[in-house]
Amino acid sequence: MTQLALVIDLNVCVGCHACVTSCKEWNTSGWAGPLVDQNPYDGSPTGTFFNRVQTFEVGVFPNTETVHFPKSCLHCEEPPCVPVCPTGASHKRADNGIVLVDYDKCIGCKYCSWACPYGARELDEQEKVMKKCTLCIDRITDATLSDRDRQPACVLACPTSARLYGDVHDPDSEVSVAIRERGGYQLMPEWGTKPANHYLPRRTTRLYISPDELMRVDNPLRKEDLTNYTGEETLDDVAW
Amino acid sequence: MHPAFSVIFLTTLLGAGQGLFLAIFTGQLYSVARFLPTQDDQFYALGSLVALVLLVVGLGASFFHLGRPERAWRSAAMWRTSWLSREVILLPILMLFVFAYGVAHWMEWTQPWFRIGEVLNVDATLIFGLLGTIASFALFVATAMIYASVKFLQEWHSTFTVANFTLLGMASGFMLAAAYSAYIGNPLVAFFGTWAVLLTLGALVSRVAHLRRNARLKHKSTVQTAIGVRHTAVVQKAQGAMGGSFNTREFFHGRSDSTVRLVRNSFLILVFPVPILLISAAYLIESTSLPILAFVIQYLGLIAERWYFFAEAKHPQNLYYQSVA
Repeated sequence: MTQLALVIDLNVCVGCHACVTSCKEWNTSGWAGPLVDQNPYDGSPTGTFFNRVQTFEVGVFPNTETVHFPKSCLHCEEPPCVPVCPTGASHKRADNGIVLVDYDKCIGCKYCSWACPYGARELDEQEKVMKKCTLCIDRITDATLSDRDRQPACVLACPTSARLYGDVHDPDSEVSVAIRERGGYQLMPEWGTKPANHYLPRRTTRLYISPDELMRVDNPLRKEDLTNYTGEETLDDVAW
Repeated sequence: MHPAFSVIFLTTLLGAGQGLFLAIFTGQLYSVARFLPTQDDQFYALGSLVALVLLVVGLGASFFHLGRPERAWRSAAMWRTSWLSREVILLPILMLFVFAYGVAHWMEWTQPWFRIGEVLNVDATLIFGLLGTIASFALFVATAMIYASVKFLQEWHSTFTVANFTLLGMASGFMLAAAYSAYIGNPLVAFFGTWAVLLTLGALVSRVAHLRRNARLKHKSTVQTAIGVRHTAVVQKAQGAMGGSFNTREFFHGRSDSTVRLVRNSFLILVFPVPILLISAAYLIESTSLPILAFVIQYLGLIAERWYFFAEAKHPQNLYYQSVA
């Protein structure tokens, strides 16, 4: 079975928010839209987003590290938001594992948002229905697009290729290899939601050199007999 | 969590309505067993009418919680998995039985349908009352399980939630039955008052135990598991939005700790000792107004209790919304 998902590389994300604006632009004008804003050019601007980039500081000054953390629906394999929905608007697609909301069935009761530990769902204040990342279902299923364009808008926008997209159930896909070989992990594994999206950890490249790598243990110079002889009979005296 | 008054009124009004119906029917059962004098049918009919009004007003309050109330009919679809859906189905079923029970008394359809043994005449009121009792308890469970089944809200994910909703609803319902009896000058006020005190004491034990459990609660998620970084010092510097979002509006109550504590202490006083003292005083001085006051004060306390129930719950998504910028 196919399970489409994103793998987000925190090691190369620079926190530019290009995925956020690209996501908003595509989805506010397409099938899932509009993603309505309130006070967009005024005090306290707020609105509906599928994807947000947050920033965390790890460590204590001066030993700190800034982690930019893109956050969107993780398309859980055991989505807790789906069974609680009273209308069936919230569902997980059988063919590709994407968790979606049917905006024509949603009654805006917000119960699914309570049942998501990640805060991935946002109620649209004007449309009054629950909205969330669709993994750009209208792009990736559009057979008229080229292979290059049949990817989520956030993935296409990322300037550092921090966002990988593919089938995490196919062991040979780019995303599965990245998860397997680069330490991909899931958020809040304690809840058993099995998020399909994975994150690749921050990595610092360090070169560890131990002293015995610099000094050759079996150096022949130090294997030679360096005794100072003072006239006694040596091997040289008899073996020539 | 942000306490929404639509849900606060929904749960407290439904609880009082279910409790009142259970009280009225309990009164009838006692008189069938000849522990109490038989009341005229209007007493039961009017009592169940009041219960029905509470249920209808509670249902009306729930619509204010919906973004798209015109689609509310769709919410009965997923009863196999969703407790919210089950509540949506059980509430009209209960309303139907309460209505039928009231009508049966009003029309005096008390000709026995059949007889069990020598003494128990089973008529329409007994059947509808029994069905309504089952529906009432099922609705208590369904309403409470909406909250208790969300495992991420560890404060709610407990049997105490179901026990509290049931006991507090029944306590306020029996208190209302006492107030109703006092208002119309019916001598059953002492009977309902005694039950109201017992149920209030039972609710006190359960609610205090729930508070103690939550005070010791250890949350499973931390900011470390939220973003998957293993370090003791992880501080949020930006949440991706400057003016807040649905996530900051829905999951934070936005009140100071002292306000939350004040609400908790208020409900602990208003729900439990004050109504018990008032109803006891009413019994001693044979007052007809104090039971009404006892119910009103307990109901106000229950609004505070439900407000605190929401405010107390800490959602793990809040870990992602600790700092604006």
